Amino acid sequence: MKRAWPWAALLLALAFPFFVQGTSFAYLARVGGIVGLFMLLGLGLNFTLGCVGLFDLGYIAFYAIGAYAAAIAQRAGASAPAAIVLAVAAAAAARALLGVTILRLRGDYLAVVTMGFGEITRLSLNNLDAWTNGPKGLQLPPWRPLAFLSADPNVQYDLLIAAAVALACLVSRRLEDSRVGRAWVAIREDETAACLSGIPVRRYELLAFALSGAFAGLAGALFALWEQFVTPESFVFWESVLVVAIVVLGGMGSTAGVLLGAAVLSGVPLVLQATLSPEWINDRYLFFGLILVLVVLFRPQGLLPSARREAELSS
Amino acid sequence: MLVQQLLNALTLGAIYALIALGYTLVYGILAMINFAHSEVLMLGAFAAWALAGWAPAALGSGLWGAAGLLAAGMLGAGLVNVLIERLAYRRLRRAPRLAPLISAIGVSIVLQNAVFLWVSTQSLAFPQPAGTSAVSFLGASINGLQLAILGAALGLMILLHLFIARTRMGRAMRACADDLEAAKLMGVNADFVIAVTFFVGGALGGAAGVLYGMNYGSIKYNMGFLPGIKAFTAAVLGGIGSVRGAVLGGFLLGFLEVLAAGYIPNGAQWRDVVAFAALILVLLARPSGLLGERAAQKV
Repeated sequence: MKRAWPWAALLLALAFPFFVQGTSFAYLARVGGIVGLFMLLGLGLNFTLGCVGLFDLGYIAFYAIGAYAAAIAQRAGASAPAAIVLAVAAAAAARALLGVTILRLRGDYLAVVTMGFGEITRLSLNNLDAWTNGPKGLQLPPWRPLAFLSADPNVQYDLLIAAAVALACLVSRRLEDSRVGRAWVAIREDETAACLSGIPVRRYELLAFALSGAFAGLAGALFALWEQFVTPESFVFWESVLVVAIVVLGGMGSTAGVLLGAAVLSGVPLVLQATLSPEWINDRYLFFGLILVLVVLFRPQGLLPSARREAELSS
Repeated sequence: MLVQQLLNALTLGAIYALIALGYTLVYGILAMINFAHSEVLMLGAFAAWALAGWAPAALGSGLWGAAGLLAAGMLGAGLVNVLIERLAYRRLRRAPRLAPLISAIGVSIVLQNAVFLWVSTQSLAFPQPAGTSAVSFLGASINGLQLAILGAALGLMILLHLFIARTRMGRAMRACADDLEAAKLMGVNADFVIAVTFFVGGALGGAAGVLYGMNYGSIKYNMGFLPGIKAFTAAVLGGIGSVRGAVLGGFLLGFLEVLAAGYIPNGAQWRDVVAFAALILVLLARPSGLLGERAAQKV
């Protein structure tokens, strides 16, 4: 094994919930699960934003679609695994469909249209009371994914999410160096040249869209089953911005970078919340904003930029 | 009723247009979305509010007092925007295209939380100029305050147009927007022009913040968010980077929202959906906005 640290990280992620269970650090199991969900979202958005270079400000809509699809399916009597599969399919299909419609747009125009789609999704979930129960949200029956472990539900979901993140990393890494990954980078660098080299541009772009939708759908379904509750308030514009920040700050197109970005951006406020003394606790977002500015000022290329991109930027 | 609806649409549209101008001026030169613009307009409103609390008697409560508040808001917001550019964006001018966006998001979080923590977590009453109650117009009784807001906004747009079209600095701004490198080679002090652009854009945002506060009679630490993303939408709708496009987009969005709220069943719930759906449809038909010139590049 050439590099051992990914395995070490996975082992650590799987083992730590058991160590913190029952101690005063038990909140870390929950933090770990939330960070894992943002890792899934970051890796998903990385396909379109990082690899193909399509700027997107409404990604959270597909997280919402996954969460609501899982919630509605499970309430209708589907088993939880079936609900997850359904949620992944629904989010991937919705994102591919959106892609077919809007992929002729580029740059900031694409960004604002996806932002519009994100807001339309959230407002529709809020207003279509008959299906979504509006702002009051939907309750889900409890499901314990790893009931045989007799561990705390947070620990069970933490492990399940860690496994999902590991799978997502594997998919991302394998794709990065594959024919598909190289085609994506070629499209990002010069769409016309890529097209003239025989790359079916639109098909590869749609593949990136569908894959990123699937990741968001998986994250959304796990989130809904874990919380046993979904409301439109969880899927605001700000969350989309946070996922974009995760990808850009971590390092666009770099799997390890996105993981680190997710850990920093979603983990820091949670850890600050748990550790700051009471007179400082309200200031945590102030610190978070400052950290964001300082990190990007000193590492504009991202914390762990992909090797390919770093080579471009330094030349 | 119809006249009042039209005035609502024009007032809202004028405020959106002022904010959208701030986005589009900055975008025209640096090709970056100034995500902190929502907070700049919020700070403009708070600067005016602070002045009103500090010197209520000196200002009076009529239209002149309102003009003083407007000036304070514009000055405060303009200076804040210049400071943001200097501290958070200038270093990133040659960085990857999305880096300044992330910096702007960080600035936005900092400013919003600074006001939340150190000024007020609640809505604050914002002074509305007295003596501008109902006015009779075309046989209908309409809101005089809105008429004043609309007048102020239109006046500022005309001033901006004259500034860009007629002055030396305006010409330098146009040169930088056209080609920053070439403008530098022609001896334009690009850093100064960019600072002025941020000041002008911020001042227009601050004016919008003050007018927004007057229109609704209250301000809050997160008041900038919604008009901010709406105006950003308006700027893109008109074609981002285009000054006329920003004005057109702002008014168009104002009309769409007011008409949707007034004439669609359950319209108040669906007004934003209508606005964003219209945006998507317009951009599908015209991928670089109504008056935009070229599609922006990829990230």
